Amino acid sequence: MSTIHHHIDDTSLASFAAGQLSYPYAIVVASHLAMCPSCRQTHASHMGVGGAVLDTLPEAEVSHDVKSGVMGMLDDTPADPPAARLAPALYPGPLSMFFGETGPKWRNIGLATKQSILWEGDEGSVRLLHIPAGKPVPEHGHSGPEYTLVLKGNYQANGEVFGVGDLEIADDDTDHTPTAGPEEPCICLAATNAPLRFRSRVVSMIQPLLKI
Amino acid sequence: MADSDAKRQTELLVAVRDSRDRTAFSQLFDHFAPRLKAMLVRSNMNQAQADDILQDVMLTIWRKAHLFDPARAGASAWIYRVARNRMIDIVRKERRAIPPELYDDAVEPEKQSADLGQAQEAQLLRAALERLPENQRAMIERAYLGELTHQEINRDTGLPVGTIKSRIRLGLEKLRHDLKDLRKP
Repeated sequence: MSTIHHHIDDTSLASFAAGQLSYPYAIVVASHLAMCPSCRQTHASHMGVGGAVLDTLPEAEVSHDVKSGVMGMLDDTPADPPAARLAPALYPGPLSMFFGETGPKWRNIGLATKQSILWEGDEGSVRLLHIPAGKPVPEHGHSGPEYTLVLKGNYQANGEVFGVGDLEIADDDTDHTPTAGPEEPCICLAATNAPLRFRSRVVSMIQPLLKI
Repeated sequence: MADSDAKRQTELLVAVRDSRDRTAFSQLFDHFAPRLKAMLVRSNMNQAQADDILQDVMLTIWRKAHLFDPARAGASAWIYRVARNRMIDIVRKERRAIPPELYDDAVEPEKQSADLGQAQEAQLLRAALERLPENQRAMIERAYLGELTHQEINRDTGLPVGTIKSRIRLGLEKLRHDLKDLRKP
Protein backbone atom coordinates (compact mmCIF):
# COMPACT_ATOMS: atom_id res chain seq x y z
CA MET A 1 0.00 0.00 0.00
CA SER A 2 1.23 3.45 -0.81
CA THR A 3 2.16 5.87 1.95
CA ILE A 4 -0.62 8.01 3.34
CA HIS A 5 0.07 11.75 3.06
CA HIS A 6 -3.23 13.36 3.96
CA HIS A 7 -4.47 12.59 7.46
CA ILE A 8 -7.35 13.48 9.72
CA ASP A 9 -6.96 16.98 11.19
CA ASP A 10 -6.73 17.29 14.99
CA THR A 11 -10.13 18.88 15.47
CA SER A 12 -12.00 16.21 13.52
CA LEU A 13 -10.17 13.42 15.31
CA ALA A 14 -10.82 14.95 18.74
CA SER A 15 -14.53 15.36 17.86
CA PHE A 16 -14.64 11.78 16.66
CA ALA A 17 -12.95 10.56 19.85
CA ALA A 18 -15.49 12.41 22.00
CA GLY A 19 -18.38 11.07 19.94
CA GLN A 20 -19.24 14.53 18.63
CA LEU A 21 -18.62 14.09 14.92
CA SER A 22 -21.79 13.70 12.86
CA TYR A 23 -22.51 10.22 11.58
CA PRO A 24 -21.52 10.55 7.88
CA TYR A 25 -18.14 12.08 8.79
CA ALA A 26 -17.62 9.51 11.55
CA ILE A 27 -17.94 6.69 8.98
CA VAL A 28 -15.18 8.23 6.86
CA VAL A 29 -12.93 8.89 9.86
CA ALA A 30 -13.41 5.31 11.14
CA SER A 31 -12.53 4.03 7.65
CA HIS A 32 -9.39 6.17 7.49
CA LEU A 33 -8.38 4.90 10.95
CA ALA A 34 -8.73 1.33 9.68
CA MET A 35 -6.19 2.16 6.94
CA CYS A 36 -3.80 4.50 8.80
CA PRO A 37 -1.57 3.27 11.68
CA SER A 38 -0.36 6.76 12.62
CA CYS A 39 -3.88 8.19 13.03
CA ARG A 40 -4.84 5.03 14.94
CA GLN A 41 -2.06 5.83 17.36
CA THR A 42 -3.28 9.41 17.79
CA HIS A 43 -6.80 8.13 18.30
CA ALA A 44 -5.49 5.75 20.98
CA SER A 45 -3.93 8.69 22.84
CA HIS A 46 -7.25 10.53 22.73
CA MET A 47 -8.83 7.44 24.27
CA GLY A 48 -6.09 7.61 26.91
CA VAL A 49 -7.06 11.17 27.83
CA GLY A 50 -10.74 10.17 27.85
CA GLY A 51 -9.88 7.30 30.18
CA ALA A 52 -7.95 9.60 32.51
CA VAL A 53 -10.89 12.02 32.58
CA LEU A 54 -13.25 9.15 33.40
CA ASP A 55 -10.91 7.91 36.09
CA THR A 56 -10.67 11.25 37.88
CA LEU A 57 -14.42 12.03 37.88
CA PRO A 58 -16.10 12.34 41.29
CA GLU A 59 -18.13 9.18 41.91
CA ALA A 60 -21.90 9.22 41.54
CA GLU A 61 -24.00 6.93 43.69
CA VAL A 62 -24.84 3.55 42.17
CA SER A 63 -27.53 1.61 43.97
CA HIS A 64 -27.00 -1.94 45.10
CA ASP A 65 -29.88 -3.05 42.86
CA VAL A 66 -28.07 -1.86 39.75
CA LYS A 67 -25.00 -3.88 40.63
CA SER A 68 -26.88 -7.02 41.60
CA GLY A 69 -28.89 -6.68 38.38
CA VAL A 70 -25.71 -6.68 36.31
CA MET A 71 -24.04 -9.47 38.28
CA GLY A 72 -27.20 -11.58 37.90
CA MET A 73 -27.11 -11.20 34.11
CA LEU A 74 -23.48 -12.22 33.60
CA ASP A 75 -24.21 -15.93 33.17
CA ASP A 76 -26.74 -15.22 30.43
CA THR A 77 -24.41 -12.84 28.65
CA PRO A 78 -21.90 -14.69 26.48
CA ALA A 79 -18.87 -13.03 24.88
CA ASP A 80 -19.61 -11.47 21.50
CA PRO A 81 -18.63 -13.68 18.57
CA PRO A 82 -15.60 -12.37 16.66
CA ALA A 83 -16.61 -9.76 14.10
CA ALA A 84 -16.91 -11.39 10.72
CA ARG A 85 -15.31 -9.44 7.95
CA LEU A 86 -17.68 -9.58 5.02
CA ALA A 87 -16.76 -6.73 2.70
CA PRO A 88 -14.31 -7.38 -0.16
CA ALA A 89 -10.68 -6.58 0.77
CA LEU A 90 -10.72 -3.24 -1.04
CA TYR A 91 -13.14 -1.78 1.52
CA PRO A 92 -12.09 -0.91 5.09
CA GLY A 93 -13.77 -2.87 7.90
CA PRO A 94 -16.22 -0.20 9.09
CA LEU A 95 -17.98 -0.38 5.70
CA SER A 96 -18.83 -4.05 6.30
CA MET A 97 -22.07 -2.99 7.89
CA PHE A 98 -23.33 -1.54 4.61
CA PHE A 99 -22.80 -4.46 2.25
CA GLY A 100 -21.79 -8.10 2.29
CA GLU A 101 -19.19 -10.03 0.37
CA THR A 102 -20.81 -9.13 -2.96
CA GLY A 103 -19.68 -5.54 -2.41
CA PRO A 104 -21.62 -2.31 -2.97
CA LYS A 105 -24.45 -1.93 -5.49
CA TRP A 106 -23.37 0.61 -8.09
CA ARG A 107 -25.58 2.91 -10.07
CA ASN A 108 -24.61 4.95 -13.14
CA ILE A 109 -24.80 8.70 -12.71
CA GLY A 110 -23.53 9.69 -16.16
CA LEU A 111 -20.09 10.19 -17.77
CA ALA A 112 -19.34 6.53 -16.91
CA THR A 113 -19.20 7.55 -13.24
CA LYS A 114 -20.96 5.31 -10.75
CA GLN A 115 -22.04 5.80 -7.18
CA SER A 116 -23.40 3.72 -4.36
CA ILE A 117 -25.25 5.51 -1.57
CA LEU A 118 -24.40 3.78 1.69
CA TRP A 119 -26.45 5.93 4.01
CA GLU A 120 -28.42 9.14 3.92
CA GLY A 121 -30.47 10.90 6.53
CA ASP A 122 -30.92 14.20 8.28
CA GLU A 123 -27.23 14.35 9.17
CA GLY A 124 -26.14 14.13 5.52
CA SER A 125 -24.98 11.29 3.30
CA VAL A 126 -22.19 8.77 2.78
CA ARG A 127 -21.55 7.26 -0.62
CA LEU A 128 -18.96 5.51 -2.72
CA LEU A 129 -17.91 7.00 -6.05
CA HIS A 130 -16.35 5.11 -8.93
CA ILE A 131 -14.67 7.50 -11.36
CA PRO A 132 -13.15 6.24 -14.65
CA ALA A 133 -9.41 6.86 -15.16
CA GLY A 134 -8.67 10.44 -16.17
CA LYS A 135 -12.28 11.60 -15.78
CA PRO A 136 -13.56 14.39 -13.54
CA VAL A 137 -16.26 14.05 -10.95
CA PRO A 138 -19.20 16.24 -12.05
CA GLU A 139 -18.44 19.75 -10.83
CA HIS A 140 -20.03 20.60 -7.53
CA GLY A 141 -19.76 22.84 -4.50
CA HIS A 142 -20.78 21.77 -1.03
CA SER A 143 -23.12 23.26 1.46
CA GLY A 144 -20.83 21.99 4.24
CA PRO A 145 -17.43 20.34 4.49
CA GLU A 146 -16.95 17.23 2.38
CA TYR A 147 -14.79 14.36 3.65
CA THR A 148 -13.33 12.15 0.92
CA LEU A 149 -11.24 9.01 1.45
CA VAL A 150 -9.49 7.29 -1.47
CA LEU A 151 -9.88 3.50 -1.51
CA LYS A 152 -8.42 2.69 -4.94
CA GLY A 153 -6.39 4.62 -7.51
CA ASN A 154 -5.98 8.34 -6.92
CA TYR A 155 -7.42 11.71 -7.82
CA GLN A 156 -6.13 15.22 -8.22
CA ALA A 157 -7.81 18.28 -6.76
CA ASN A 158 -6.51 21.82 -6.34
CA GLY A 159 -3.08 20.73 -7.56
CA GLU A 160 -2.70 17.97 -4.98
CA VAL A 161 -2.75 14.21 -5.49
CA PHE A 162 -4.81 12.05 -3.15
CA GLY A 163 -3.90 8.36 -3.15
CA VAL A 164 -5.09 5.25 -1.34
CA GLY A 165 -5.80 5.99 2.33
CA ASP A 166 -5.58 9.77 1.90
CA LEU A 167 -8.36 11.81 3.46
CA GLU A 168 -9.36 15.18 2.03
CA ILE A 169 -11.54 17.59 3.95
CA ALA A 170 -12.83 20.23 1.57
CA ASP A 171 -14.45 23.35 3.01
CA ASP A 172 -17.83 24.49 1.88
CA ASP A 173 -16.34 27.38 -0.04
CA THR A 174 -14.10 25.09 -2.10
CA ASP A 175 -15.19 24.67 -5.68
CA HIS A 176 -12.96 21.76 -6.46
CA THR A 177 -13.07 19.49 -9.45
CA PRO A 178 -11.46 16.21 -8.53
CA THR A 179 -10.10 14.28 -11.53
CA ALA A 180 -9.20 10.61 -11.36
CA GLY A 181 -5.57 9.72 -12.14
CA PRO A 182 -4.82 8.45 -15.65
CA GLU A 183 -3.73 4.90 -14.69
CA GLU A 184 -6.85 3.35 -13.24
CA PRO A 185 -10.35 4.12 -12.05
CA CYS A 186 -10.59 5.84 -8.68
CA ILE A 187 -12.90 4.57 -5.97
CA CYS A 188 -13.52 6.87 -3.03
CA LEU A 189 -15.76 7.24 -0.03
CA ALA A 190 -17.39 10.66 0.36
CA ALA A 191 -19.48 12.19 3.12
CA THR A 192 -21.30 15.49 3.35
CA ASN A 193 -23.64 16.96 5.92
CA ALA A 194 -26.11 18.06 3.25
CA PRO A 195 -27.13 17.18 -0.31
CA LEU A 196 -24.52 18.15 -2.89
CA ARG A 197 -25.26 21.08 -5.17
CA PHE A 198 -24.18 20.18 -8.66
CA ARG A 199 -23.44 23.02 -11.03
CA SER A 200 -24.42 21.71 -14.42
CA ARG A 201 -28.05 22.60 -15.11
CA VAL A 202 -28.90 19.19 -16.46
CA VAL A 203 -27.38 17.50 -13.46
CA SER A 204 -29.15 19.97 -11.14
CA MET A 205 -32.48 19.09 -12.72
CA ILE A 206 -32.06 15.38 -12.30
CA GLN A 207 -30.23 15.63 -8.97
CA PRO A 208 -33.31 14.87 -6.86
CA LEU A 209 -33.96 11.76 -8.96
CA LEU A 210 -30.41 10.45 -8.67
CA LYS A 211 -29.99 11.46 -5.05
CA ILE A 212 -26.52 12.83 -5.67
CA MET B 1 4.78 6.10 42.27
CA ALA B 2 2.99 3.57 44.46
CA ASP B 3 1.70 0.37 42.96
CA SER B 4 -0.59 1.95 40.50
CA ASP B 5 -4.37 1.80 40.31
CA ALA B 6 -4.08 1.72 36.56
CA LYS B 7 -1.97 -1.43 36.65
CA ARG B 8 -4.39 -3.08 39.06
CA GLN B 9 -7.40 -2.24 36.87
CA THR B 10 -5.66 -3.56 33.81
CA GLU B 11 -4.91 -6.83 35.60
CA LEU B 12 -8.55 -7.13 36.61
CA LEU B 13 -9.73 -6.59 33.04
CA VAL B 14 -7.23 -9.18 31.80
CA ALA B 15 -8.66 -11.64 34.36
CA VAL B 16 -12.16 -10.99 33.00
CA ARG B 17 -10.86 -11.44 29.47
CA ASP B 18 -8.99 -14.68 30.07
CA SER B 19 -11.14 -16.48 32.63
CA ARG B 20 -14.44 -14.55 32.79
CA ASP B 21 -13.52 -13.89 36.40
CA ARG B 22 -16.64 -12.60 38.22
CA THR B 23 -14.77 -11.39 41.29
CA ALA B 24 -12.47 -9.30 39.10
CA PHE B 25 -15.51 -7.98 37.22
CA SER B 26 -17.18 -7.06 40.50
CA GLN B 27 -14.11 -5.04 41.53
CA LEU B 28 -14.03 -3.29 38.16
CA PHE B 29 -17.72 -2.50 38.64
CA ASP B 30 -17.02 -0.90 42.03
CA HIS B 31 -14.35 1.34 40.56
CA PHE B 32 -15.82 2.28 37.19
CA ALA B 33 -19.62 2.15 37.60
CA PRO B 34 -19.84 5.25 39.87
CA ARG B 35 -17.62 7.18 37.46
CA LEU B 36 -19.49 6.00 34.38
CA LYS B 37 -22.70 7.00 36.13
CA ALA B 38 -21.25 10.47 36.74
CA MET B 39 -20.38 10.68 33.04
CA LEU B 40 -23.95 9.68 32.10
CA VAL B 41 -25.60 12.09 34.51
CA ARG B 42 -23.48 14.90 33.16
CA SER B 43 -24.87 14.30 29.68
CA ASN B 44 -28.31 15.40 30.86
CA MET B 45 -29.82 12.05 31.71
CA ASN B 46 -32.12 11.43 34.61
CA GLN B 47 -31.21 8.82 37.24
CA ALA B 48 -33.37 6.05 35.77
CA GLN B 49 -31.98 6.50 32.23
CA ALA B 50 -28.46 6.71 33.58
CA ASP B 51 -28.94 3.45 35.52
CA ASP B 52 -30.32 1.65 32.44
CA ILE B 53 -27.44 2.72 30.25
CA LEU B 54 -24.93 2.01 33.02
CA GLN B 55 -26.15 -1.60 33.21
CA ASP B 56 -25.94 -1.88 29.45
CA VAL B 57 -22.40 -0.45 29.37
CA MET B 58 -21.18 -2.76 32.14
CA LEU B 59 -22.62 -5.80 30.34
CA THR B 60 -21.02 -4.59 27.10
CA ILE B 61 -17.66 -4.58 28.90
CA TRP B 62 -18.36 -8.18 29.94
CA ARG B 63 -19.31 -9.16 26.36
CA LYS B 64 -16.33 -7.46 24.73
CA ALA B 65 -13.58 -8.14 27.25
CA HIS B 66 -11.99 -10.67 24.86
CA LEU B 67 -11.08 -7.75 22.60
CA PHE B 68 -9.07 -5.95 25.29
CA ASP B 69 -5.33 -5.77 24.63
CA PRO B 70 -3.32 -4.14 27.44
CA ALA B 71 -0.43 -3.53 25.07
CA ARG B 72 -2.65 -1.15 23.11
CA ALA B 73 -4.82 0.52 25.77
CA GLY B 74 -5.05 0.93 29.51
CA ALA B 75 -8.23 -0.34 31.20
CA SER B 76 -9.66 3.15 31.66
CA ALA B 77 -9.06 4.13 28.01
CA TRP B 78 -10.65 0.92 26.79
CA ILE B 79 -13.65 1.26 29.09
CA TYR B 80 -14.03 4.92 28.14
CA ARG B 81 -14.20 3.93 24.50
CA VAL B 82 -16.65 1.07 25.00
CA ALA B 83 -18.88 3.35 27.10
CA ARG B 84 -18.82 6.25 24.64
CA ASN B 85 -19.62 4.01 21.67
CA ARG B 86 -22.43 2.34 23.55
CA MET B 87 -23.87 5.69 24.68
CA ILE B 88 -23.85 7.09 21.16
CA ASP B 89 -25.38 3.89 19.92
CA ILE B 90 -28.23 4.00 22.41
CA VAL B 91 -28.87 7.70 22.03
CA ARG B 92 -29.02 7.37 18.26
CA LYS B 93 -31.35 4.38 18.50
CA GLU B 94 -31.04 3.32 14.87
CA ARG B 95 -28.48 0.76 13.84
CA ARG B 96 -25.84 3.37 13.35
CA ALA B 97 -23.05 2.32 15.60
CA ILE B 98 -19.52 2.10 14.35
CA PRO B 99 -18.36 -1.23 15.73
CA PRO B 100 -15.18 -0.41 17.65
CA GLU B 101 -13.49 -3.71 16.86
CA LEU B 102 -13.78 -2.98 13.16
CA TYR B 103 -11.39 -0.08 13.27
CA ASP B 104 -9.12 -2.01 15.55
CA ASP B 105 -8.06 -4.40 12.81
CA ALA B 106 -10.63 -6.93 14.06
CA VAL B 107 -7.72 -8.85 15.49
CA GLU B 108 -8.28 -10.64 18.75
CA PRO B 109 -5.49 -10.10 21.26
CA GLU B 110 -3.10 -12.86 22.05
CA LYS B 111 -4.35 -14.70 25.09
CA GLN B 112 -2.40 -14.42 28.31
CA SER B 113 -0.61 -11.33 27.09
CA ALA B 114 1.47 -10.17 30.02
CA ASP B 115 2.35 -6.83 28.45
CA LEU B 116 0.74 -4.19 30.62
CA GLY B 117 2.54 -1.54 28.59
CA GLN B 118 -0.28 1.00 28.48
CA ALA B 119 -1.18 0.76 32.17
CA GLN B 120 1.84 2.78 33.26
CA GLU B 121 1.09 5.35 30.58
CA ALA B 122 -2.47 5.63 31.92
CA GLN B 123 -1.20 6.27 35.42
CA LEU B 124 1.12 9.03 34.19
CA LEU B 125 -1.66 10.60 32.18
CA ARG B 126 -3.93 10.67 35.21
CA ALA B 127 -1.23 12.42 37.25
CA ALA B 128 -0.63 14.93 34.46
CA LEU B 129 -4.36 15.65 34.15
CA GLU B 130 -4.57 16.37 37.87
CA ARG B 131 -1.74 18.90 37.59
CA LEU B 132 -3.38 20.97 34.87
CA PRO B 133 -4.66 24.45 35.72
CA GLU B 134 -8.31 24.19 36.69
CA ASN B 135 -9.73 26.05 33.68
CA GLN B 136 -7.87 23.86 31.18
CA ARG B 137 -8.82 20.72 33.00
CA ALA B 138 -12.48 21.71 33.12
CA MET B 139 -12.52 22.26 29.35
CA ILE B 140 -10.85 18.95 28.64
CA GLU B 141 -13.33 17.19 30.90
CA ARG B 142 -16.31 18.72 29.19
CA ALA B 143 -14.98 18.00 25.73
CA TYR B 144 -14.09 14.35 26.44
CA LEU B 145 -17.25 13.64 28.34
CA GLY B 146 -19.00 14.59 25.13
CA GLU B 147 -21.35 16.64 27.26
CA LEU B 148 -21.24 19.51 24.97
CA THR B 149 -20.21 20.83 21.64
CA HIS B 150 -17.93 23.84 21.65
CA GLN B 151 -20.97 26.02 20.92
CA GLU B 152 -22.76 24.69 23.98
CA ILE B 153 -19.73 25.25 26.21
CA ASN B 154 -19.74 28.77 24.81
CA ARG B 155 -23.39 29.26 25.77
CA ASP B 156 -22.79 27.92 29.28
CA THR B 157 -19.60 29.76 30.09
CA GLY B 158 -19.91 32.82 27.91
CA LEU B 159 -16.40 32.11 26.59
CA PRO B 160 -15.86 32.62 22.87
CA VAL B 161 -15.44 29.40 20.88
CA GLY B 162 -11.88 30.41 19.98
CA THR B 163 -10.96 30.68 23.67
CA ILE B 164 -12.50 27.29 24.40
CA LYS B 165 -10.60 25.67 21.55
CA SER B 166 -7.34 27.24 22.64
CA ARG B 167 -7.83 26.16 26.27
CA ILE B 168 -8.44 22.60 25.11
CA ARG B 169 -5.42 22.76 22.83
CA LEU B 170 -3.22 24.29 25.57
CA GLY B 171 -4.44 21.67 28.00
CA LEU B 172 -3.58 18.84 25.63
CA GLU B 173 -0.16 20.33 24.88
CA LYS B 174 0.59 20.67 28.57
CA LEU B 175 -0.53 17.09 29.11
CA ARG B 176 1.90 15.91 26.44
CA HIS B 177 4.67 18.02 27.90
CA ASP B 178 4.06 16.75 31.45
CA LEU B 179 3.95 13.19 30.18
CA LYS B 180 7.42 13.61 28.69
CA ASP B 181 8.72 14.89 32.03
CA LEU B 182 7.06 12.14 34.01
CA ARG B 183 8.48 9.46 31.72
CA LYS B 184 12.03 10.57 32.46
CA PRO B 185 13.63 8.20 34.97
